[in-house]
Amino acid sequence: MGNKVINILMAGLGGQGVITASDIVADAAFRMGRDVKKSEVHGMSQRNGSVTSEVRVGDAVLSPLIPRGEADILVSVAEDQTDLHRYMLRPGGIVIAPSNLDGVKLPHTKTLNTALLGVLSRHLDWPEDIWIEALLARLPENLHDINLQAFALGRKEG
Amino acid sequence: MKYSDRLFLSGNEAIALAARNAGVALGTGYPGTPSTQILEEFARLGGKAQWAPNEKAALEVAVGAAYAGASAIVTMKHVGLNVAADPLFTVAYTGVSGALVIVCADDPGMHSSQNEQDSRNYAVAAGVPMLEPSDSQEAYDFFAAALDLSRKWQTPVLLRVTTRICHSKTIVRPKWLFPEPITPHFERDIRGRVMIPGYARPAHRRLRKKLADIAEWGESCDLNRREEGSRALGIIASGVTYQHAREAAPDASFLKLGLTYPLPFGLIREFASSCDRVMVLEEGDPYLADAIRANGLKVEAKPPQFRFGEMNVDRVRRILVGDQSEEPPPPAGKPPELCKACPYRPVYSVLHRLDCIVTGDIGCYTLGVMPPYEAIDTCLCMGAGITVGLGLRHVLPPDQARRVVSIIGDSTFMHTGLTGIEEMVYNPPPTGHVVIVLDNGTTAMTGQQEHPGTGRTLSHERAPRIVIEEVVAALGVKNVHVIDPSRDSAGFERLLTESLSKSETTVIVARHICILAAGNISEYEKAIAQCEAVRSADLAEAR
Ligand SMILES: Cc1ncc(C[n+]2csc(CCOP(=O)(O)OP(=O)(O)O)c2C)c(N)n1
Repeated sequence: MGNKVINILMAGLGGQGVITASDIVADAAFRMGRDVKKSEVHGMSQRNGSVTSEVRVGDAVLSPLIPRGEADILVSVAEDQTDLHRYMLRPGGIVIAPSNLDGVKLPHTKTLNTALLGVLSRHLDWPEDIWIEALLARLPENLHDINLQAFALGRKEG
Repeated sequence: MKYSDRLFLSGNEAIALAARNAGVALGTGYPGTPSTQILEEFARLGGKAQWAPNEKAALEVAVGAAYAGASAIVTMKHVGLNVAADPLFTVAYTGVSGALVIVCADDPGMHSSQNEQDSRNYAVAAGVPMLEPSDSQEAYDFFAAALDLSRKWQTPVLLRVTTRICHSKTIVRPKWLFPEPITPHFERDIRGRVMIPGYARPAHRRLRKKLADIAEWGESCDLNRREEGSRALGIIASGVTYQHAREAAPDASFLKLGLTYPLPFGLIREFASSCDRVMVLEEGDPYLADAIRANGLKVEAKPPQFRFGEMNVDRVRRILVGDQSEEPPPPAGKPPELCKACPYRPVYSVLHRLDCIVTGDIGCYTLGVMPPYEAIDTCLCMGAGITVGLGLRHVLPPDQARRVVSIIGDSTFMHTGLTGIEEMVYNPPPTGHVVIVLDNGTTAMTGQQEHPGTGRTLSHERAPRIVIEEVVAALGVKNVHVIDPSRDSAGFERLLTESLSKSETTVIVARHICILAAGNISEYEKAIAQCEAVRSADLAEAR
């Protein structure tokens, strides 16, 4: 069909910035002029429960939900949530998790999500400045510096 | 204003933008996931938006605005439409002079709801035209179309959305709307607006005629669309199910329905006869399939197991190949819980320790049902915490009746708790009753919305505040107390024990600001104080 859709599933717990991270990914795709859909569930689940967000990028995306076994990449912000969502990966799909950053000193624990985006950015051929633009657009100004640092650290590891 | 021609919006944001661009004069509603952000976004874009105490009040206010010729939007979640059902059924008779769009957000799969009712049934039951968008672009376009339809036929219109429309973001190229502004004015139409039986009988006939006209228009309107593909399989679908189906069956022919009440049966018949096999795909109730079959057409419908939960690409694939084997269960994620420092926690410890029979209500505090407390015995619908408790008290033997406590949140109290208090004062059980209002100063569950008890408007500006303890005292509740159980948990336990031993009516307002909302609330109050200081300085200068 020539319409390859990239499916990225992001997972974690309420308060870990899963939704913000997926906003940044989707925003970057949007800035590149791609078709993109993003879906998640708000409300009850955010009270410390499991949170997932799905981003699909391509020439033309239909369903906002990734079919089972078709996720190309799983980004898990909470190590203990990784296995839970593995079933969504396609054979050979990639897992990006906090263990990818073992030994890396983050500027703040709250920047784990953006650091993992740095790792993710290595697996996609999207220009770095698009990532930076999206990151700056989606985060409040007082958090720009530490998140840029975290992203760069992740990108170096990735 | 810069007019962007390519945006990335959630369905909720797209509806709000369309409402703004289409000159909607008033937005009203009551919070409820997944509909809540529509009014918040409409206000952020500069629209006049306000939270009503409940959905019935919201719909009635919007009806008034639309009687005056204005365009109005009213938003709610699916169960909210139950609360607003009374005005809904009769405004279908009276119609409107301006435009009235009711946005109702269903939650198939119950991500954050107590049932998965399919509100499409309301369109049929009340006789209100219904549109169902399948992504954010259509959420924008269909809202505008719904306004046009409403104004043209002088009827309320239901825009029925679901969680995956409201909370999915997709690309929107917003059409230019900005119609000529309308100046509302009152035009008397006693026979059209006063639904006494003598005027309502002809109104019902007018409604059926109107619906027949709209059905005819629907046969060729651009809300419904045929997509030619293989003749071997034709799929009829609407809403987000269309997107799942398009992905699962890229070669099939499609009849994509946007106007799902009244249905374009001519179009459906023609489509059905052009394909060898016709499948109706939909989430929830077999609404489309039943209606199409009742019209004498032979179509396949999903097996009953797919009535439960959301539709998705995998499920469509299963349906198409007739796979009725058991579906793998979704992984059990970590369930939500009360925040570690939630001020409700001490209340639940005490209720648990005293072995109370707790008739609960809906809100964050419903999480008191989870271990370790498991301190909620019933949860039915908003407001029912008080009234179900009264019913138990009326019939239980006294030793059990005395253990019954009703709990209700502050926003829920404003929503439908007041009627429960009236019932308690008017028909007190022999053992009296005890109601605890869990007042955390916000509508926490749906994301910290204001309500009539917070003293702030939807946009967090100063508003008159309705004080719970004053209202219940004025209604005639015998004992009224205000206490902060997280400051004084022993005092709270003593007060509750004492109240339970009396055969009188008691309301205990347990007050402590939600810890998640506290920072935001103090910001709002600071901003209000600043505004007020500037205003009084201006006044002093003017003098
Ligand atoms: C009829 C109806 N409308 C809206 C909702 C969505 N909803 C559930 S609980 C709730 C209000 C919760 O606020 P509050 O009572 O203050 O409790 P809190 O969440 O702050 O603990 C709302 C709006 C619903 N379940 N039913």
